[in-house]
Amino acid sequence: MSEEKRIYMDYNATTPIRQEVKEALIESFDLYGNPSSLHTPGRLATEKIVEARINIAKLINAEPDEIIFTAGGSESNNTVLKYVVCSPNKGCSGGCCSKAGRDQIITTVIEHPSIISTMDFIKDQGGTPVMLGVDSKGKIDLKELEESITEKTALISVMMANNEIGTIQDIKEIARIGKKHGVLVHTDAVQAAGKIPIDVKDLGVDYLSLSGHKIYAPKGIGILYARRKAPYCPFIHGGHQEDGRRAGTLNNLGIIGFGRAAELALKEIDMEYRTMQRLRDRLKAGIVKSVPDIKINGHETDVLPNTLNVSFAGAEGESILLYLDMEGIAVSTGSACSSDSLEPSQVLLSIGLGPELAHGSIRFSLGRENTESDIDYVIEKLPPVIAKIRKMSTAYTGGKK
Amino acid sequence: MTAGSWLYTDKVKEHFTNPRNILDDEDKYDSDGRGEVGNITCGDQMLVVIKVKDNKITDCKWKTYGCASAIASTSMMSEMVIGMGLKEAYHIKPEDIVKSLDGLPEHKIHCSVLGDRALRAAIEDYYRRNGLEDEIEVEPARVVCHCKNITDREIEDFVKNGGKTFEELQEKTEIGTVCGGCVDEVKELLHDYHHIYG
Repeated sequence: MSEEKRIYMDYNATTPIRQEVKEALIESFDLYGNPSSLHTPGRLATEKIVEARINIAKLINAEPDEIIFTAGGSESNNTVLKYVVCSPNKGCSGGCCSKAGRDQIITTVIEHPSIISTMDFIKDQGGTPVMLGVDSKGKIDLKELEESITEKTALISVMMANNEIGTIQDIKEIARIGKKHGVLVHTDAVQAAGKIPIDVKDLGVDYLSLSGHKIYAPKGIGILYARRKAPYCPFIHGGHQEDGRRAGTLNNLGIIGFGRAAELALKEIDMEYRTMQRLRDRLKAGIVKSVPDIKINGHETDVLPNTLNVSFAGAEGESILLYLDMEGIAVSTGSACSSDSLEPSQVLLSIGLGPELAHGSIRFSLGRENTESDIDYVIEKLPPVIAKIRKMSTAYTGGKK
Repeated sequence: MTAGSWLYTDKVKEHFTNPRNILDDEDKYDSDGRGEVGNITCGDQMLVVIKVKDNKITDCKWKTYGCASAIASTSMMSEMVIGMGLKEAYHIKPEDIVKSLDGLPEHKIHCSVLGDRALRAAIEDYYRRNGLEDEIEVEPARVVCHCKNITDREIEDFVKNGGKTFEELQEKTEIGTVCGGCVDEVKELLHDYHHIYG
């Protein structure tokens, strides 16, 4: 395996644990103490947890006590959304639901499955979610958002940056609109973290979700930022960890790894941004130049610096993915064939792509390990792969329709 | 399979990497039978053309907009049927192709039926062109819902006539409303037929 070429370009799916984080983990391997315990082993673990909490808070300019550790972005998202449909008159023992009577959530059709599926669940429970559409670049219409708010609206949840096409939403403006109408605002910032600066105070959001494994920390750790005065109801009941906001013995190693990764992400964000953008633009230019009949999906400017989503007319995505995999290149696709459903990516359909272009889409998402020579290797290997698939395709007309 | 090994068997990988008998330019191919099935909306489309001499398939070429499973299984199928008697080829089953490939992942089996369906359509087209309509067989229907005596053919017709959801089908036919034992299979069949007929 070691001599095989392996170029990983699927950083939006997950990232490897970076060296500095590995070192922090190794150093902490014997910190077995339960941070809830008062004895020395417990306190030794607590020290590291405190440090990690501070570093994660700094990454998004929050206060440490506004950080609640979770098992990842999906749990963070579930926690916020389900809080809204939990109301005292339904027998909630938490007594923390100040928004009783308001049970409507406004979100978008391009959210992560942990939002979309939770909305489906809430709908089944009698809730009335509003799913905002997006334009051809993946942006929501802020006017439509504001017009959708009613006296029933409790929460607006809009992702900061989309995982598939990288489009960045105007969260600051969304939070302003929410505040104006007394509506809470959550943003899923899982894909944005480490790629673009995040400042919860400047944004004015009430809740924000982050995940460790998207910023070179281990999997299974995330946080929910909950603004100090924002109403809150625990999703996981049990012990009094996290000030009663999330039960379960803390994941020492996950938290320590996440803390170190957050510290580095904050330090390197400007440089990282420029490097990613330069590499991505090189890849984009190379593909545009060497492969005909393609469509670049997403927004030209309000886009994550590392993300490039391309549709190749007449070429099915799973085939592209697997041929590239044979060349040692790891990417992802919006094709249905990569999933169990027959439906291609909802995000791509939502920005108006026809089924053929949605099935023929490939997402390149770059990260720290990628170099210019990786980009050039992909630009070299991709055109023959597309040509080979198109040659056997019933759907490719070679530009002549 | 070892960790990091391929999602598919070596044979699938080999046929996917080097697909056989791809139709280069249809305009220059003088086919005796042509079959096209599938639908781009579902991400799969298949075209199979054949040449026939003395009741034998002398050549078989194909094109697809499809995933690795569709490519590999049709490539394999094309190799299998060249030289084969028409009747035998007409009765080739997706299971035979999957077996020759040493298997496919469970959720990929439906991708392999397209090649087989397109071949069947091509052979039927040959029969029609040559006044041999009598050779065309109607596949025997199989009872899926035993409580209500509903066959796979009825489900297929439902999809062919634009039917979409399981609920719609159930409302129309009361399928799966008694013991419910067939519901999963019916949903799978619906899924497969939607794949074929879009």
